[in-house]
Amino acid sequence: MSEAMLDYEDVIAKYEPTLGLEVHVELNTNSKMFCGCATVFGAEPNTQVCPVCLGMPGSLPFVNERAIESTILIGLALNCEIAKWCRFARKNYFYPDMPKNFQISQYDEPICFNGYLDVEVETDEGMQTFRVEIERVHMEEDTGKSLHMGGATGRIHGADYSLLDYNRAGIPLVEIVTKMIPGTEKYAPLVAKAYVAELRDILRSLGVSDVKMEQGSLRCDANVSLSPRGSGILGTRSETKNVNSLRSVERAIRSEMQRHAARLDDGLKVVQETRHFHEDSGITTSGRSKETAEDYRYFPEPDLVPIAPDPAWVEELRATLPERPSVVRARLQKEWNIADKEMASMVNAGVLAVVIETVALGADSTKARSWWVGEIARQANERGVEVIDVGITPADVARIVELVSTGDLTDKLARQVVDGVIAGEGRPDDVVATRGLKVVSDDGALLLAIAAAIASDAAAAEKVRGGNLNAAGALIGLVMKATQGQADAAKVRELLLKELGH
Amino acid sequence: MISRDDVAHLAQLARIELEATEIDHLAGQLEVILGAVARVQEVAGADVAPTSHPLPLKNVFRPDVIRPSLTPEEALSGAPASEEQRFRVPQILGEE
Repeated sequence: MSEAMLDYEDVIAKYEPTLGLEVHVELNTNSKMFCGCATVFGAEPNTQVCPVCLGMPGSLPFVNERAIESTILIGLALNCEIAKWCRFARKNYFYPDMPKNFQISQYDEPICFNGYLDVEVETDEGMQTFRVEIERVHMEEDTGKSLHMGGATGRIHGADYSLLDYNRAGIPLVEIVTKMIPGTEKYAPLVAKAYVAELRDILRSLGVSDVKMEQGSLRCDANVSLSPRGSGILGTRSETKNVNSLRSVERAIRSEMQRHAARLDDGLKVVQETRHFHEDSGITTSGRSKETAEDYRYFPEPDLVPIAPDPAWVEELRATLPERPSVVRARLQKEWNIADKEMASMVNAGVLAVVIETVALGADSTKARSWWVGEIARQANERGVEVIDVGITPADVARIVELVSTGDLTDKLARQVVDGVIAGEGRPDDVVATRGLKVVSDDGALLLAIAAAIASDAAAAEKVRGGNLNAAGALIGLVMKATQGQADAAKVRELLLKELGH
Repeated sequence: MISRDDVAHLAQLARIELEATEIDHLAGQLEVILGAVARVQEVAGADVAPTSHPLPLKNVFRPDVIRPSLTPEEALSGAPASEEQRFRVPQILGEE
C-alpha cells in the first residue's frame, strides 16, 4: 500500500512544484443558508432539519442575507472584485449527503473573484512575501454527515450501509479557490501552510466563521503538481482531501511532492485523482478517481433570483474591514519592539491572534508572548492540537500574568496554574484555590522555614555567615522544598541573608 | 443531433433505467424539443438578454433568524429506514 517517496532535497533538485488550494469555510450564521434551521455544532442528529434542507418536494430555498454579507466581506478582505450581478447554480449529483440530489452552489458567476493574499514565510534569506492569487470566492451549502456502518474500519469502502444526519446540510459554506501558485520552490509546503494560517486569521478577524479545523468549519483541499526543473511543462496534479490542521497542510503537500517525484523518476505517470491524508502516518492514499466524475450538469438555480449587491452596500462593508493582518504585524512589531524572528516564531506557532487578545486584556506583551510561544505552544504540540484549542484562553493568560506581577504567583507556580487550566480544572483563580498555589508571602512562615533550614544544614549556614554567598543556594532549596515551591525565591534569599548577618 | 448514446448517458447520470426501445423513443422526442428551443433562439434578437428566471426580481433575502425545525420523529417519519435517529441508506460503495 505504501508508495515510494523521493528524498525531499532530491525532489527540489529535479522538480518545481505548483500549488493550488481550495479552502471551504463554514460561516457562523445563526441559521442555515436557505432555511431558518439552527446551525449549532454537535447538536443531536436530525434536530436542525426542515423540509427545505431535507429536500422535500414543494419546499423552496430562501437566501440568508448575513451569509451574503459575510461572503462579500471575505472577498473584500482578499482584495477581490465583487460581482455586480451573479446567480446560484445547481450542481447535480446523487449522493446521500445531499437529499435534494443537488447542491446549490455557484458556477461561472462567483460573487467574488480576482483577488490575492500576501503570505510571509521564513526562508534562508529571512522573511519573504509570497503573493497567492485568488481565483474566486463563492457561496454554497454544506452537506450532511455520514456514518458508515459494518465493515472493519468505519470507512465507506466495505461498509454494509450508512446513517445520515442532515444537521450540517444547508449550513452556509464559502469556497475560496486560489489560482495556480508557481515559484514557491522548496518552500511550497510552508507557503501552503502560511496561506491557510493567514486566511484563518483573516476570517477570524472578520468574525464570519469559527474557523475550527478540527471541527471541520475550515477545511483545506491541497493540490500540487511537479514539473521537471526548467521544462516549463505543468505536471499532473493530485488533490488531497481531509487535511484537518495547519501542520497537516504542510505535511500533505510535502508527502505528495515526494510521492509524485518518485513516480516521475521511475517513468510512471501521476494519476489525476483525489487522495486522502492520514494524520497518523503522514501519507496519502488514493481516493475516488476523477475520470468518471465531474459531470455535474450545472444550470442556473431556478428557485432563486439573481444577486446584485448594491455598490453602496459593498462600500459600507469595505469601510468596516478590520486592519489587514500583515499591517497589524508591522505595527505590533514596532509597538512591542521585537525582531522579525520573534514575530515569525509567533506566526509559525499560530499564536499571534491570542497574544494580541491577551495584551488587549492588559498583559505585558513580553510576558504574554512568552507564555503562548513557550509553555502553551509546547503543550498544544504535545496534544497535537492548535494552540487556540488547547483549553486556555487569552483572558486566562492575562489573569496569570497579572497574578505574577502582583506577586501572588511565582513563575514556577504560574506554570502549574497553566497546567491546571489546560487540564480542565477551571479558570486560573479556581486552579489557584483548589491546588492551593498561593505564594507564601507571610514573612513569619518564611522565617520559620528558614530557621529550620539553617538548623538542618548548619555547615552551609556557617559558610554563608563567613561570606560565601554561593552556599546560600542549598539553604534556599530547603526552604523552597519546605514551602512546596510556593515561596518567592528572591524573597527567601533576601530574608535568609539578613538572618545570617548580611 | 441527440444520439442514443447521449440519452443513455443522461439516463445514467439521472439514475433512470431505460429500455432500448425507450431510448429510441426519447432520443426522437428530445430532438423535437431542442428544435423548438432553437427556433425561439432565432426569434430573440441581440436586444433580448438571455434569461434564467421569469421574475424581474433580485436580492430577495431573509434576515439571519432561527425558525423552528422539525422534530427528529417528524423528519424521519417518511424515511424507508432509520437507525440512531439517522436516515439509513443502502451501501454507497462496494468493496475496493
